[in-house]
Amino acid sequence: MSENLVVPTMAEMMAQGQTPEVLFWVGCSGSFDDRAKKITKAFVKILNKAKVPFAVLGTEESCTGDPAKRAGNEFLFQMQAMMNIEVMNAYEVKKIVTACPHCFNTIKNEYPELGGKYEVVHHTEFLKSLLDSGRLTIEGGQFKGKRITFHDPCYLGRANNIYEAPRDLIQKLDAELVEMKRSRANGLCCGAGGAQMFKEPEKGNKDINVERTEDALETQPEIIAAGCPFCNTMLTDGIKHKEKEGSVQVMDIAELIANAQDL
Amino acid sequence: MSFLPNIIFAIVLIVGVGFFAKNVKKIIRNIKLGQDVNRTDNAGARWKNMALIALGQKKMFTRPIPAILHFALYAAFIITQIELLEIIIDGFFGTHRFFKESLGGFYTFLISFIEILSLLALTATIAFLSRRNLLKLPRFNKAEMLGWPTKDANLILIMELVLVTCIFTMNGTDEVLYSLGKSHFEGTGSFNFAVSQHLGPALFGGMSEGALHILERVGWWGHLLMVIAFLNYLYFSKHLHIILAFPNTFFADLNPKGKFDNLESVTNEVKLMMDPNADPFAAPANPDAVPAKFGASDVQDLNWVQLLNAYTCTECGRCTSSCPANITGKKLSPRKIMMDTRDRLEEVGKNMDANKGVFVPDNKSLLNDYITPEELWACTSCNACVEECPINISPLSIIMDMRRYLVMEQSAAPMELNAVMTNIENNGAPWQYNQQDRVNWRNEE
Repeated sequence: MSENLVVPTMAEMMAQGQTPEVLFWVGCSGSFDDRAKKITKAFVKILNKAKVPFAVLGTEESCTGDPAKRAGNEFLFQMQAMMNIEVMNAYEVKKIVTACPHCFNTIKNEYPELGGKYEVVHHTEFLKSLLDSGRLTIEGGQFKGKRITFHDPCYLGRANNIYEAPRDLIQKLDAELVEMKRSRANGLCCGAGGAQMFKEPEKGNKDINVERTEDALETQPEIIAAGCPFCNTMLTDGIKHKEKEGSVQVMDIAELIANAQDL
Repeated sequence: MSFLPNIIFAIVLIVGVGFFAKNVKKIIRNIKLGQDVNRTDNAGARWKNMALIALGQKKMFTRPIPAILHFALYAAFIITQIELLEIIIDGFFGTHRFFKESLGGFYTFLISFIEILSLLALTATIAFLSRRNLLKLPRFNKAEMLGWPTKDANLILIMELVLVTCIFTMNGTDEVLYSLGKSHFEGTGSFNFAVSQHLGPALFGGMSEGALHILERVGWWGHLLMVIAFLNYLYFSKHLHIILAFPNTFFADLNPKGKFDNLESVTNEVKLMMDPNADPFAAPANPDAVPAKFGASDVQDLNWVQLLNAYTCTECGRCTSSCPANITGKKLSPRKIMMDTRDRLEEVGKNMDANKGVFVPDNKSLLNDYITPEELWACTSCNACVEECPINISPLSIIMDMRRYLVMEQSAAPMELNAVMTNIENNGAPWQYNQQDRVNWRNEE
């Protein structure tokens, strides 16, 4: 285990007769994608710093079924959902936090009818609540005064009307939050939703992630903040396409906070 | 002979309204071809949606200038019905300005109000016509708008121009006649209507009494005939939203936009599959039951709210102008999804009309003949179209239902997605990683 990460699994906790405050649903990206794993670790560092008793499902976690459902495969989705629900209900999970808006939306909105009823929060909301309750304090640190624009993930914003938590966190860093012309409910998709992440786009005259990256670059940011591992990938690719990787970074809100604390 | 106008009037009105009623019945029958879905829960929230979104046009105001113009047209349209009511009473009983005597000063206020709104509506109509034809706003000139849809939209705006012109012709000439003591309303003076007291003398002053009387009748009959023509044109146009926006907002999905419905037919199968006590050789409970079709390939597979959506769409194109796929040149246009659904539904309806009310298979379907898989697979499910629609239409739900058909009935997903689905099934992740490696990240530097 890397020296400062404490990541118990539900099984390990249960063996010690403990129940965590919250289950951290890592998701497939957060578990396997090299870029998204950094987000996962950043979030864990904050959880450790704030002494939040949490656990992950580890090898018992499986895809929520979101890409299958949005690709039209309702069978596969419901099979995934019911397996995950069985596991989580067995551990008597009450509260779930996740850094992936797709997992967040699916577990929050589509699992209850199938027997999985939990309180589900996105990591930006969770971090906000840690701040509000005084369990975590943050200072701007290296991000003080930096121009940061926030890209609304569709499945956090329009799909679930969460627009403020990520913005509040950016402002807590004493950064200069600049809005894109298309933001909040009018935010433009990064191009990854609805299982598009996993296929080539249909024929057109531009890639959606390039169009969205242009929106972001118009605000002349130093950092593009994201709250979704897929958006992160799409915008990072967009920045490379625009050959701006020297001057603009794409970072998750959790990374901003962890880095500001030098965690 | 003096009753002749009254008789003609009654015939025109009854035939006009009757013809419209017949088409309304067809619309209701066609909408009922859709699958059942319960949208009557939480009535409080539904009435509130209808009040705010249909009546109050709340969602229009995200784009303030067109919203104000549209609101002027809408308000004028509603308030003018009072004048229409008077026309109907006058028409039946041979009276003239029936409400004036009893309402007195309030009548002057009311008609003045109608005139001011009509003037605003005239401005709005001209603005809308120039937006479509001179400014050539991109969303009004997309591929699906070529031909009939563009003509349709212009025709409606021209009808509105004619309607307003009739109102001012009627009131203006009557004003001049009244000042000469020759109006069918007894006495001499001015009606003091806000616009026509000035417009009347300016346009029609100095005309002969005979010409004024003819023009006054032209305005009066013109207004009535235009309303009846408009009413009956509605069915053939894209303009049904003036009525259907109300039920459409009432029956709209109240769930968070990210929540897609879970197919119940699938739930039953999956539960059976995961039940260790299930008998795999058990006879089905109802062997004669028609097996459920997963997803939608034609309009009858969609639910009735989706079909209501299709009739309600007025082709404004806000969905398409906000669709990331369309913005970047893909074939998908959410507006076209709605237009295609409506066109196919109309085709199915006509088929039924021609076959004594029974649909005879015509070897066509919404999928492929109208909407191609290429369009369906371009969607990112981002909900921008649903967010944008001023009257809560959901093109996304239709796209999803059709994807379900493609995948579950035809196994016709794009190649890469088939691989993704295999991975999810085998390793519990869209990529080819082993589920046992899921927490390796905590040990990596």
